[in-house]
Amino acid sequence: MTTIVYIPRDASALSLGAEGVAQAIAAQAAARKIDIRIVRNGSRGLCWLEPMVEVQTAAGRIAYGPVSAHDVPSLYLAGFLSGGAHALRLGVTEDIAYLKRQERLTFARVGITDPVSLADYVANGGYRGLRRALELAPEAIVQEVTDSGLRGRGGAAFPTGIKWKTVLDQRATQKYVTANADEGDSGTFADRMLMEGDPLLLIEGMTIAGVAVGATHGYIYLRVEYPHALAVLNAAIAVAYREHYLGRDILGSGQQFELEVRVGAGAYICGEETSMLESLEGKRGEIRVRPPLPAIKGLFGMPTIVNNVISLASVPGILERGAAFYQNYGAGRSRGTLPIQLAGNVKRGGLIEKAFGVTLRDILYDYGGGSASGRPIRAVQVGGPLGAYMPESQFDTAIDYEAFSAVGALVGHGGIVVFDDTVDMAHMARYAMEFCAHESCGKCTPCRIGSTRGVEVIDRIVRGVDRERNIELLEDLCDTMLQGSLCGLGGMTPLPVQSALKYFPEDFRAVRS
Amino acid sequence: MSDPTIQATIEKVLARHGGRPGPLLEVLHGVQDALGYVPGEAVPMIANGLNLSIADVHGVVTFYHHFRDRPAGRHVVQICRAEACQSMQGAALAEHARRQLAIEFNETTRDQRISLQPIYCFGNCACAPAVMIDGELHGRVTPERFDALIAALEPGK
Repeated sequence: MTTIVYIPRDASALSLGAEGVAQAIAAQAAARKIDIRIVRNGSRGLCWLEPMVEVQTAAGRIAYGPVSAHDVPSLYLAGFLSGGAHALRLGVTEDIAYLKRQERLTFARVGITDPVSLADYVANGGYRGLRRALELAPEAIVQEVTDSGLRGRGGAAFPTGIKWKTVLDQRATQKYVTANADEGDSGTFADRMLMEGDPLLLIEGMTIAGVAVGATHGYIYLRVEYPHALAVLNAAIAVAYREHYLGRDILGSGQQFELEVRVGAGAYICGEETSMLESLEGKRGEIRVRPPLPAIKGLFGMPTIVNNVISLASVPGILERGAAFYQNYGAGRSRGTLPIQLAGNVKRGGLIEKAFGVTLRDILYDYGGGSASGRPIRAVQVGGPLGAYMPESQFDTAIDYEAFSAVGALVGHGGIVVFDDTVDMAHMARYAMEFCAHESCGKCTPCRIGSTRGVEVIDRIVRGVDRERNIELLEDLCDTMLQGSLCGLGGMTPLPVQSALKYFPEDFRAVRS
Repeated sequence: MSDPTIQATIEKVLARHGGRPGPLLEVLHGVQDALGYVPGEAVPMIANGLNLSIADVHGVVTFYHHFRDRPAGRHVVQICRAEACQSMQGAALAEHARRQLAIEFNETTRDQRISLQPIYCFGNCACAPAVMIDGELHGRVTPERFDALIAALEPGK
């Protein structure tokens, strides 16, 4: 009998040696004349256990990790193919507490299936959402998404259904659906994991969006830093075309949807939706002044849906199981689940999909197990480089858009970066300004010049030059950037700076040698 | 690199991507993938081929950090400088790399062996710090591991 062995092809797992593990497992099987089939799955998101190898047994999938190529002979000796005891044995994968206590809706299949197998996808509930959508009127699809309470997972949290309704209501010769896969925020990797681990879910979500608003062409705008995701997406798109889930006549419905990937070129600003559209048009990624909204005048001047990868990937489940099912998860006005990405100086980093409402503390300690260094956690940055630094006193905040906003913080795309007590917050504030200067598109002055001046002012503060006056100047500069910038880059860079100043003032006033 | 080589490459890339809507980025990727960089001589040729102004093409090439106007070294070493990697001694790793290779970021060693580039996030933030060498991603890279990875390039040299 053939034993199925799962070894992730996810970039994180590969970065820790998954390829060597796969080769060693295959070589040993050949040498021992054992019949195995290796499936290169996505990652379960237990990043500290990667490369995590799973074996299909009568008792379910048994996990071993973190496995290195050197461990492979001893795994065979231990009889891992039938779930044998070994120091790296983690037990039944589904029973690992970190996974068991999650609410995996969007990531339900990630790490379980072969990402580019359409048969696997369909066997595990895939394309039920699209089939239902094809039976509904466009208005009814949009209504379902609106009723689910889904809000944009890219960071702005704008209701997805409202955006779709605007595009649906436009009369135009051509409309577009675009997936913003320019996941540039440090500490975020949910889009990458989803695209590498279950690309057909994004493809299905985009197809449903196209059917809903009458768009026949879609683009995935993928960052160049994600070569593994590019390979998986292109393979999945090819399969979907071959089996008529994409193309001129989707599943015999007479509806058309064409899809392609376009690759960015290392510009953080292209994650801003209008800058992304410019880049898709082959131009400099300079942001556009709004209005008009992209939903009215977007790609090539046509009505365009711009959604984050996770927003689009949430849609098939909503169509399959109904708005009420999704709506039932969550807290307050934040409905559904959020794939939280726990990263940085943390013991158990990874992907944690939870209903909104879980507290930051639960994530940091119950899931994360505290810092990787074993030192106290001093600050966390949530929501990427434009998110606020949060001190320990805010760790009981529930992860929900409104609760975060109430304490001046940002949920954003759900990335959490943990810092221990060796962090210098004046340095991190300076970095925020430096990053803004590096990535500014240059269109508006507060962002283009303000960020450079910000670096200089922080340098003077740290050197002790006219300190109190320069701190006042920095606060004033932050206010100007916040009020006067055209988009979120200049407009939100002050968040990490101001929060660092507010909660960690001692770092700005320290006497340095 | 000679002009005819560049011209031939551009014609090939334009034939493949030129007809698509908004093709310039795709064309530039094609040129850089084929030649290793986007030579200055290529800019007017691309502009001509796509019916754009030279200024338009120059503007796009210089806007994006990914495109380079001179050849890289035989190996490209990219180190993430973003927050998550910083929280795990990424800055010390970057400093170590600069010292070991005796170059700054965005420079190439004199023997053309290695180019060093800063990157702002590979999405490997739970396994920081992250380094990519010639397209291969590495997680939890310590200075010792970095040295071993560099030594493993071109064995014998």
